[in-house]
Amino acid sequence: MTTTQPSLDEATIGDSTTSRSRTSKRPVWMEKPNPFVQLVKFLALLISVALVIIPFWSIIATSIADQKTINDSGGGMVMWPKGVTLSAYASVLSGGVVTRAMIISILITVVGTLLSLVTTAGLAYWLSRPRAAGAKPMLLLVLGAVLFTPGIIPSYLVVRQLGLIDSWWSLILPVMVNAFNVIVMRAFFQDLPQELFESAALDGASSLTTLTRIVLPLSKAVLAVIGLFYAVSYWNAFFNALLYIQSSDKWPMALVLRTFVVNQTTIGGDQIGATEVLPPQLSLQMAILVIAIVPILVVYPFIQRHFAKGVLIGAVKG
Amino acid sequence: MSNRELSSVASGGRLLAAPDADTADARSTGRARRGGTGSRWSRDKLLIGIGLPGAIALILFQYVPLLGNVIAFQDYQPYLGITGSDWVGFENFAAMFEDPKFYTALYNTLILTVIQTVLVFPIPLFIALLLNSLAGERLKRLLQSILYLPHFLSWVIVVSLFQQMLGNAGMLNTFLVQNGLPMFQVIGVPELFKALLTTQAIWKDAGWGTIIFLAAISRIDQEMYEAAAVDGAGPWKRMWNITLPSLKGLFILLLILRLGNSLSVGFEQIILQQGPVGLPASEVLDTYVFNNGILSQEWGTSAAVGLAKTVVGIGLVIGANKLAHLFGERGVYEK
Repeated sequence: MTTTQPSLDEATIGDSTTSRSRTSKRPVWMEKPNPFVQLVKFLALLISVALVIIPFWSIIATSIADQKTINDSGGGMVMWPKGVTLSAYASVLSGGVVTRAMIISILITVVGTLLSLVTTAGLAYWLSRPRAAGAKPMLLLVLGAVLFTPGIIPSYLVVRQLGLIDSWWSLILPVMVNAFNVIVMRAFFQDLPQELFESAALDGASSLTTLTRIVLPLSKAVLAVIGLFYAVSYWNAFFNALLYIQSSDKWPMALVLRTFVVNQTTIGGDQIGATEVLPPQLSLQMAILVIAIVPILVVYPFIQRHFAKGVLIGAVKG
Repeated sequence: MSNRELSSVASGGRLLAAPDADTADARSTGRARRGGTGSRWSRDKLLIGIGLPGAIALILFQYVPLLGNVIAFQDYQPYLGITGSDWVGFENFAAMFEDPKFYTALYNTLILTVIQTVLVFPIPLFIALLLNSLAGERLKRLLQSILYLPHFLSWVIVVSLFQQMLGNAGMLNTFLVQNGLPMFQVIGVPELFKALLTTQAIWKDAGWGTIIFLAAISRIDQEMYEAAAVDGAGPWKRMWNITLPSLKGLFILLLILRLGNSLSVGFEQIILQQGPVGLPASEVLDTYVFNNGILSQEWGTSAAVGLAKTVVGIGLVIGANKLAHLFGERGVYEK
């Protein structure tokens, strides 16, 4: 890992990060900031940030608020829960439709991300080797796939033809290889020192050995960030679930969210884990929403760290 | 797909470079190895095998569906399949132009396309300029992290959040009612639906959109600013005469790439909120294809609408690229 760090920074937008840290202190030639302009800028950004944070805060607060706090607020959202209870989470997570959807989504995310990484890395590796047979036409196909998406109906027909309707595989296979991620990974592989490949070839290593022993260990950073991107998109998958999943006992989280939170279908006591008193509908809804958001909030700092390193922007430079 | 916007951008940058590098590769191959193509294929057998699963998945789900578009010219019956269904020429397209629902969808789509291109598209540039003008590096990073976050939430989550904030029982209205003020209904009001969609789109992706502009701004030569300041240009003049002109090419590139998908105005976002608003205010081309094709089984007509939409998208990209060349810009690809 430590050896890849410098090459990563140089290969990507390392130049920009250094120039940015240089400008972090005001250069001599720049005039003193006008306090009024500074205030307006600061307020504008503060409002934007508040608009992002307040909804999160409020749904978390409502999900842990007790019945009395919600009643006091007129049955609506809560900003500051006076009484705190985790009963909404307890009922939602102790079996029933939400628990099942969560397990399904976790399974799809884990299996999908692994398959995606293996196939994406494999394809990127083929396309990254200079003078590899067939790589040039394949690269054009990958680029074309970034620009144009196939229509809804034709995609549906292919998935149906493959017998994947109402199967969890319909949520994985059609989105398993993302063309953009192939291009990012290929760019990363191409930036690895070529001498490594030459010496591996001299030692008689096959292309598979080179991939598993040299390329992949040096590419942990890009594998991590692309893996996280895949994971987020599998966890969020809604479009394909809506199109292909028919039976409600196969629903992933996104469809549960749509039914109970967006469409506000009443959650019955028999649909979730048994508790003596059913928590308020609003708390249940917010608990489901929080459960859907938390995994993203957890992985977000890891993805975010890589923006600074510019793993993705590296591909833009071309 | 989550990172659609950035992905198109990145591919754009890549599209410019990749073909050149490839032809250079191919030329040196020609000179270096005169071995037959057959020996190259057998030499790279294992390498191709490693890449093949990914290649098959990509072709199967990106290119094979393109062939399925032929049902736009058929009276497609699922039990007969593509080979068994009757060919009807352009009848589906004629039916499309006679369907009043199609015109509703087209009208809504075009309005949203204009709003999203004129109003929503430049906002990331403003935020990027604002962020860039802040001195504190730590503060800037923190703000960026917070503003990027909504991009990673799915539309289901974003729509839920908006309902909880702006719905009739949401935070805003609870607050208004408790303070004896009249309710402000937003969710489920047809007249405000397009404004709502626009606000949601800005909330979700405007912050993320800044990432590409910030990267481009950080690559502008700092000495230009210094020289301009020495010559007496103030901050606004420097932004107007250095920053914005430096970003022009990128801005045009992004705009062209956007056009290719400009008729896709947010399927997930709209389908989730169509119920209470009603079709007249909310139907767009993509939801029309879904509602009439997948739900009502009118395969031929909806495939025709989908195909027409794709063709118009490709046409817009090619046309806009030509226009960019006329104005001396690089565009997405060279002539």
